[in-house]
Amino acid sequence: MTEATAQGRYSVIRSTRASRGGAIAGILLLLFLAAAPWWADRATMRLLVEIFYILALAQMWNLLAGYAGLVSVGQQAFVGLGGYMLFALAIFTPVGAAWSIPLAGLIGAVVSLPVAFLVFRLRGHYFAIGTWVVAEVFLLGFAQIQTLGGGSGISLPVSVVRDIAASRSGRDAVIYLVALAVVICIIAIVYGLLRSRHGLALTAIRDSEEASASLGVDNFRAKLMIYIFVAFGTTAIGALIFLTKLRISPAAAFDINWTTTVIFIVVIGGIGTIEGPIIGTLIFFLLREPLAQFGTWYLILLGLVAVVIMLKAPQGIWGLVAERWDLRFFPVQRRLRFEPPD
Amino acid sequence: MIEWVNSILQGVLTGGLYALFATGLAIIFGVMRLVNITHGDFIVLAAFVALVVVEGTGVGPFVSLIAVIPIMAVFGYILQRGVLNPTLGPDLLPPLLVTFGLSIVIQNLLLEVFSADSQRLKIGAFETLSINLTEDLAVGVFPLIIFVTAVVLIFAIQVVFNRTSLGRAFRATSDDPVTAQLMGIDHRHVYGLAMALALVLVAIAGVFLGVRTNFDPSVGPSRLLFAFEAVIMGGLGSLWGTLAGGIILGVAQNIGAKIDPGFQILAGHIAFLVVLAIRPNGLFPRTRDD
Repeated sequence: MTEATAQGRYSVIRSTRASRGGAIAGILLLLFLAAAPWWADRATMRLLVEIFYILALAQMWNLLAGYAGLVSVGQQAFVGLGGYMLFALAIFTPVGAAWSIPLAGLIGAVVSLPVAFLVFRLRGHYFAIGTWVVAEVFLLGFAQIQTLGGGSGISLPVSVVRDIAASRSGRDAVIYLVALAVVICIIAIVYGLLRSRHGLALTAIRDSEEASASLGVDNFRAKLMIYIFVAFGTTAIGALIFLTKLRISPAAAFDINWTTTVIFIVVIGGIGTIEGPIIGTLIFFLLREPLAQFGTWYLILLGLVAVVIMLKAPQGIWGLVAERWDLRFFPVQRRLRFEPPD
Repeated sequence: MIEWVNSILQGVLTGGLYALFATGLAIIFGVMRLVNITHGDFIVLAAFVALVVVEGTGVGPFVSLIAVIPIMAVFGYILQRGVLNPTLGPDLLPPLLVTFGLSIVIQNLLLEVFSADSQRLKIGAFETLSINLTEDLAVGVFPLIIFVTAVVLIFAIQVVFNRTSLGRAFRATSDDPVTAQLMGIDHRHVYGLAMALALVLVAIAGVFLGVRTNFDPSVGPSRLLFAFEAVIMGGLGSLWGTLAGGIILGVAQNIGAKIDPGFQILAGHIAFLVVLAIRPNGLFPRTRDD
């Protein structure tokens, strides 16, 4: 877009050198990852699947907290709901496992409406704890449903598992590719959303709610839309997670750790950016491999790092990098280039 | 019939303990506008501190409060000034995420030091002592003591807030920290004192919790949720409302448990959501929540 005025010509620029180079590297990386069933062993693929769904969850929480300012500590409500919807659809309906994932997402979006009606009555901090109460209600409620295994849980029937693919390696490949597709879709949708005019409104809300309202943004409506969309995504991801686990119980499905992990990842990586959750997820898994044996100490370390980052560098690691070198791989901002008249 | 009366009566007494959990949370929010996600873990931490004192010195849990109260108060003051004050500002995110991170750190440190085993603070035969009201109706002496303590403490806190210069500083800082500063009040120090006062209540609540039920490092979050529900149901800014909220929660849980043991906690949460749907500002609101 170029426009001429008396003072000269200006144009709006969106891509950056890093984003163009990054796009090429990203496509190559995707091709490499998509070929993993042919080059990776079973353990590597399982690890990659876990990285994919944690990254997808982190992107969803980042959109909710980092952009819409809705700090939820109860997103495990939707992760668990997705898991249970996968099991319910697989056991009681002829819907195949792969189709259950978007279908579970739709159910999550519908369920999020009455939930939003309740938790949106709580302002700011209290919203966070309110979402946690809702997650507890889901946990205790699903523990009462005996046809879904009650408190002790249920396994995915063998016929459903066979339906995914006949052999074990075939199943691993299908689940891997589905997980890769889910994380790519999530990042693509978030990127597209943030580049759109809705994204501009969200970025404005992130920076100042008062200012965005004064410029005509309907803050409440924008936040509600994001809440519903994030519920859709998180529930779909929950279905994917429990497709990889083949067994579900209320305690595992509605575990607060789904949210804790994601919060640490987003805060450490850099909240309010698309790159931040990616960096955070990589750091989380890089540190986890050598430190997992220390169990509790690993969580203590993550908690302390998150606290220190929030106190000393609230923009996170990616925020520091982007500031220092002006790097943006997912350019969602608009820059004005001005050329004076000749 | 008499069983239901009994359930409600026990629920009211349990509500006293919940009100104690909640009053600390309400003070922290009222003065600092900070929602302390670590609150439940502070209660459990206080119970473990009491356990260490009891096992180390051989005194009873109630006597251990002589040590537990100052330890928690000093801990609160230092934490507020060193960690929490820098997070306070127009942005809601930092205080929330910092207290959330601290919650994970405290839970896992307790797990590392004390293991996941269930613990209990013992007060001997006193624990099971009860008074017969009628032939079929009895109240435990210890639950009654908790309830009366909660009422007395809430009354005392009201006096502190309304009648003392410290209370005036709390109220002034809560209304407008900048103007309070112009009047010579150091808001950072006042915040530290408010956290210390809240943790005095937490210390007492923690010891009561440890005597009444088994506890382990993981039970903090559910105590936070109970405290939070009592505060919201009662209405922000009203400590007597908080007591009422605690009682409603306790009664709902006891009635739920009477119907089916699996419904105990669920019934409390549902009572909270119903109040939220009907009266979003709580039953006895005094301040607006923004």
